[in-house]
Amino acid sequence: MATSHYKYLKTNDYHQKALTKAWSRGVAIFFVTGAVSGTMLSFELGLLWPEFMLHAGPIFGMPFSLEGTAFFIEAIALGFYLYGWDRFNKWFHWFTGVVVGLSGLASGILVVSANGWMNSPTGFDYVDGKYINIDPIAALFNDAWFTQALHMSLAAFAATGFAVAGIHALMLINGKNKVFHWKAFRIAIVYGGIAALLQPISGDISAKDIAVRQPAKLAAMEAHFETSKSAPLLIGGIPDVEKKEVNYGIKIPGALSFLAHGDFEKEVIGLDQFPEDEQPPVMITHFAFQIMVGLGMIMMVLSILYFFSTWKKKYWQEKRWFLWLFVLATPIGFMAVEAGWTVTELGRQPWIIYGFMKTKDALTPIPGIQISFMIFTAVYVSLSVIVSFLLYRQIKSLPNMEGEQPAENQSSTQH
Amino acid sequence: MLYVVIVFLCLAILMYLLLGGADFGAGIVELITPRAVREKVRTITYSTIGPIWEANHMWLIIAIVILFVGFPPIYTMLSVHLHIPLVLMLLGIIGRGTAFIFRHYDAVKDDMQRVYNLIFTYSSFITPFFLGVIAGAMVSGQIDPNAPDFYSAYIGSWLHLFSISVGIFTVAICGFLAAVFLIGEVEDEAIKALFIPRAKVLTFLTFISGGFVFLAAEIDGLSLTKEKFTDWVSLSFLILATICLFVLWKYLRTGHKTICRLLAGFQITLILGSFGYHYFPNFIIVKSGENLSLFNSGAMGLPIETLGWALLLGSLLILPSLFYLIYSFQRRPAEL
Repeated sequence: MATSHYKYLKTNDYHQKALTKAWSRGVAIFFVTGAVSGTMLSFELGLLWPEFMLHAGPIFGMPFSLEGTAFFIEAIALGFYLYGWDRFNKWFHWFTGVVVGLSGLASGILVVSANGWMNSPTGFDYVDGKYINIDPIAALFNDAWFTQALHMSLAAFAATGFAVAGIHALMLINGKNKVFHWKAFRIAIVYGGIAALLQPISGDISAKDIAVRQPAKLAAMEAHFETSKSAPLLIGGIPDVEKKEVNYGIKIPGALSFLAHGDFEKEVIGLDQFPEDEQPPVMITHFAFQIMVGLGMIMMVLSILYFFSTWKKKYWQEKRWFLWLFVLATPIGFMAVEAGWTVTELGRQPWIIYGFMKTKDALTPIPGIQISFMIFTAVYVSLSVIVSFLLYRQIKSLPNMEGEQPAENQSSTQH
Repeated sequence: MLYVVIVFLCLAILMYLLLGGADFGAGIVELITPRAVREKVRTITYSTIGPIWEANHMWLIIAIVILFVGFPPIYTMLSVHLHIPLVLMLLGIIGRGTAFIFRHYDAVKDDMQRVYNLIFTYSSFITPFFLGVIAGAMVSGQIDPNAPDFYSAYIGSWLHLFSISVGIFTVAICGFLAAVFLIGEVEDEAIKALFIPRAKVLTFLTFISGGFVFLAAEIDGLSLTKEKFTDWVSLSFLILATICLFVLWKYLRTGHKTICRLLAGFQITLILGSFGYHYFPNFIIVKSGENLSLFNSGAMGLPIETLGWALLLGSLLILPSLFYLIYSFQRRPAEL
């Protein structure tokens, strides 16, 4: 949004202004849904896990209090931005849009840091069942925060970039406002594409990190039942938890050892090193991991395709198959994000604070929590239906903009 | 540093009641205006609270974060024993916030608008009601950590006359705040003439429901009335608030919008201050008498220190920009 706004301010291109306004309506819809969900989250932590919050609140509260600040700033900046057209100095107005983006990114990183603490608890001493000598700053910069925050920030850019690009690709196939939608598509896919290309590097850093910190999670992701040297990398496959085997998978010898420790020979700890009641659920963690990686790979290939075609085969971009590929990829970024969270959350089980507190011990004593689960699931499902419906209506009602302005001033320099 | 954190907690609660309250009230006012002019009310509401409403609701998040970082026993006690009203309040918050934005950003204005309006107005009513119920339950002394059965642990903790009366009182306060706030924005004299009697009715309701809180306390066997009338500071706050009410009525007629708003805000501050002073430093009155106060349940040491610093630094960024936001859109409401 800020990028198209910048282009508008620089080139005075009518389309870029319309695009900025269209995207800012999307931002407004998502922000309110995010804001109420954020309010929910701060309550639900206690409504569901009071025992966890009783002890963890003071330790990992630092990222939450900073996140509150970032969120507040985002809300203020959005107020300026959405309602500030033609009221303020145009660069001040643009800057508030940049602040919306930056503070959004900052709150994302901070919340992920809080989750990182659950995976890698630091900043306290655990003595006789009590959490003492609390150091919230050490907890904020726990061992997991950087790898997780990097991975999630890139994922957010990739998912949003691909989703937005996909919607505009669909509009291009429909053939209305072509010039406008091309401009939109290019901005979105450059963000999404660069993030998707960087993501495997970040994934590799994460893999090496959890191989050391949370070997049980890695073992569950890979359905790696027995500790072994030169462990194979498993692609696909259905883990049989009873027999501790994997059926139908492809195994690449030594590759897991290499990915985890940078050495084809090195030993990778398997699930057999953990007592039964400290093993994460293998089946779902493994599937979610495969889905995440698979979707990530597809996005990477599509990014290469886009950049290659811009460089060498410009005429590909006129073809329907090219656009259809991106239309089909619209939801996959978000699906990958959800799968990734499934991996990190289920892979941590049975722990809520890794190594210190089990999830079942943190649960609220109130009976009938399933009812509350069902209500909130219903609320969120209907919210997502309404949000999609609104976005669809927003896109559909874009006015016809062909030929209102000489459109041939597309800046070919992307960022 | 503990005091800094407590000041911020009180500030966040007060700001939420004032700004968030005026927001909720806008929905309540919409509910009681005749259908013919509702559309007009909606437009006024949107142009005045649209730019700032997101920020208004951040105060609640700030208050909750302060509670769980700084006072985890209080936060835990609330979320276990007041689970049900909290969930109902959250549903209200979700419904209201999303309906407010959705009805504006839906590109096609069709029957869906009716659905959004319905959700918006009713959740504007439900949310402050349960906020009040929660506040009432916190000081009612009915929360019992050693409760033997489901009913007394999770329902009896909040379902009694006193909490409900505080809930009604909170709704009335919100409606009152919004009515005073919105009158300032109405330029059309005909609509203004419709608004003023409604503002008065809401003021009157605030007064009556305030009295009802004391009555309910008596019926429920709480010693609120007796304590109140022997506590001179908090009593004088209440008396001052009532006097403000009469001054406010006078100014409503002549239409000084800034004075009216300041008076209404001041009055609500006094009411909250009166009750806050009365119970301070206790935050939750527990049945067994082991009350949770801001002094005995704070997380000591570094967590409080860092929280205090984070709040101070955050407010350096937030308060000036928030002030500028409100100021800019006060001078000239957003155009649609």
